Amino acid sequence: MSAVGDAFARARDEDRAALVVYLPAGFPDLDTSRACLEAAAEAGADVLEVGFPFSDPMMDGPIIQAASQQALDHGYGVADDLAMCRGLTATTDVPALVMTYVTIPDTRGYARFADEATAAGLAGAILPDLPAGESEPWVREARRAGLDTVFLASSVSTDERLEAIADISTGFVYAVGLMGVTGVKDVASDDSRTLVGRIRQRTSTPVAVGLGVKTRQQAAEVAGFADGVIVGSAVVQAAGDGDRGGAAHRVAELVRELRAGVAS
Amino acid sequence: MSADAPDRPGYFGRFGGQFVPEALSGAITQLEEAWRDAQADPTFELELDRLRTQYGGRPTPLYLAERLSEAAGVETHLKREDLAHTGSHKLNNVVGQALLTQRMGKPRVIAETGAGQHGVATATAAALFGLECVVYMGAEDCRRQRLNVVRMQLLGAEVVPVESGTRTLKDAINEAMRDWVTNVDSTHYLIGSAMGPHPFPLIVRELQKVISVESKAQFAAQVGGLPDAVIACVGGGSNAIGSFAEFIDEPEVQLIGVEAAGEGIGTGRTAATITEGREAVLHGARSIALVDEDGQVKHAHSISAGLDYPGVGPEHAMLADSGRGRYVAATDREAIEGFRRLSELEGIIPALEPSHAIGWLLAHGRDALDADARVVLTVSGRGDKDVDEVVKVMTELGIAGDLGTDVVAADARPAGDADPRERAP
Repeated sequence: MSAVGDAFARARDEDRAALVVYLPAGFPDLDTSRACLEAAAEAGADVLEVGFPFSDPMMDGPIIQAASQQALDHGYGVADDLAMCRGLTATTDVPALVMTYVTIPDTRGYARFADEATAAGLAGAILPDLPAGESEPWVREARRAGLDTVFLASSVSTDERLEAIADISTGFVYAVGLMGVTGVKDVASDDSRTLVGRIRQRTSTPVAVGLGVKTRQQAAEVAGFADGVIVGSAVVQAAGDGDRGGAAHRVAELVRELRAGVAS
Repeated sequence: MSADAPDRPGYFGRFGGQFVPEALSGAITQLEEAWRDAQADPTFELELDRLRTQYGGRPTPLYLAERLSEAAGVETHLKREDLAHTGSHKLNNVVGQALLTQRMGKPRVIAETGAGQHGVATATAAALFGLECVVYMGAEDCRRQRLNVVRMQLLGAEVVPVESGTRTLKDAINEAMRDWVTNVDSTHYLIGSAMGPHPFPLIVRELQKVISVESKAQFAAQVGGLPDAVIACVGGGSNAIGSFAEFIDEPEVQLIGVEAAGEGIGTGRTAATITEGREAVLHGARSIALVDEDGQVKHAHSISAGLDYPGVGPEHAMLADSGRGRYVAATDREAIEGFRRLSELEGIIPALEPSHAIGWLLAHGRDALDADARVVLTVSGRGDKDVDEVVKVMTELGIAGDLGTDVVAADARPAGDADPRERAP
């Protein structure tokens, strides 16, 4: 089983949901983003998602858009993001996935990007605008390089599409908790619960719910029916909400809260 | 290569596809089904035809522009999409997609717009069909195309200025996608160009094909035979693919797409995607885009808000790749020259977008085409919306001359400060 699968298994052994935390590379700057990710790992995140900022983040709301833009305005490129990940994965055992838009690995070349991600110690990738039907060329390279690929499932996915997603997704399946972009609305618990059930009928791969989970209470509620809880915008907001020196501390505080939520 | 449908589902050669979040999968499937049903239903085509003729003013004329031909050294026939209702070719697509929206039972449409022509067309169709309408427009474009903002508002649409990114067309598309993924149950995203995920490039091409269906028949009747070349401007590429469609399987007809070179090829300030871009995924499809080596989308630059886009529709990428289409570029200055010359020579003030095609023809037509060539050039829209921006840019370039000055001076004169001769006893 992969490092991500192991992390979910450990959480299950502790009778709780896994906590997955997203933060973009380079926000508010490269060193601080690494410090924030390390702080999240120490504070109890089971899996890290490292966002590689993209100029046109179609699925992201204002918080992650602004953070991504700030990182890009610093002039950081994919090579800088990878270097940061290499440092991060050398100092923490918590598995880290890259989350970015498909244009980034596609332009760089799937084979090269997969090799670079593996060399940086990353455990896999999440590409939200790469649906299963278009994914074969990427998945081939990811598998060769030993990377998981986490696919997104939505309540609007047909049974046929869910079959394909359940079949191809490794590490976990990302159940989208609401209709919308990141960081705006609150998770739709009833729809998410139904979606998690539909995915579980089709695979034993763990299912994590993301989008719209911001608080300890929401994390606890989602942990009641999913194998994992993904939190992004709220953590990004904590990182950016004050001076850079305090960013890691603020992230750790929130992650401890969320971790208490998934374990309650 | 076929003009009928993408080669494998959703693809033109290796370009196209559906690179969209899973949450949009339902809407895209629904649209594919609605389109397929509409194609099989004769009442769809009848209703579309009725609206095109009785409401939209089709067919638009094909006009032999003799003075322009003399200036360009090439016999040029203008396909007058500027004479269609709302002043551009955009209504062709919008009316068809509004009918699809109705068939899907959705009460709301959203659209992106650059120059505002697609936004105006969408707002028009929304008024006609009683649909709620929100148009996303880059804040910079709202400034450049203020007249069209007011037109959309008059038509009952809400115009949302987009402040993110480069504040132009690509950012308006991002924002429309975000709205769509949030409100997909009630909302159809009425994409205005032959771009985006499948089936949009196919649907938009089929709805814009009316341009070349008409021009092919008109040319045969008025001139005889086939034209030697068809020329159209290319941003996302909807008027160009509509102008080319019926000629793609006529190998003796050259297809020439004119992109916006902005300040010039090689200056880094252009929107000439095919000329300067590389293969990349942008806005839901694999095509050609202006991206850096990491895949970050570069800022496009063009005097024309409608061409100021770092991507292009996937079928154009295929036509360029196969060599069937020839893609060239005209600079801002050449476009301004085209804008002025068509106004002066023919009494037709074109939009800045087709001014690129006219400017290219005037500057390069003699070298690029045979002396006896007969070409069809699509005037995709009228230029009323552009006059303020043209005067502004020409003034910045120091080539405005007297353009705009006399009237401004007279208007600016305070009421109490009339010509002293009129005050004389």
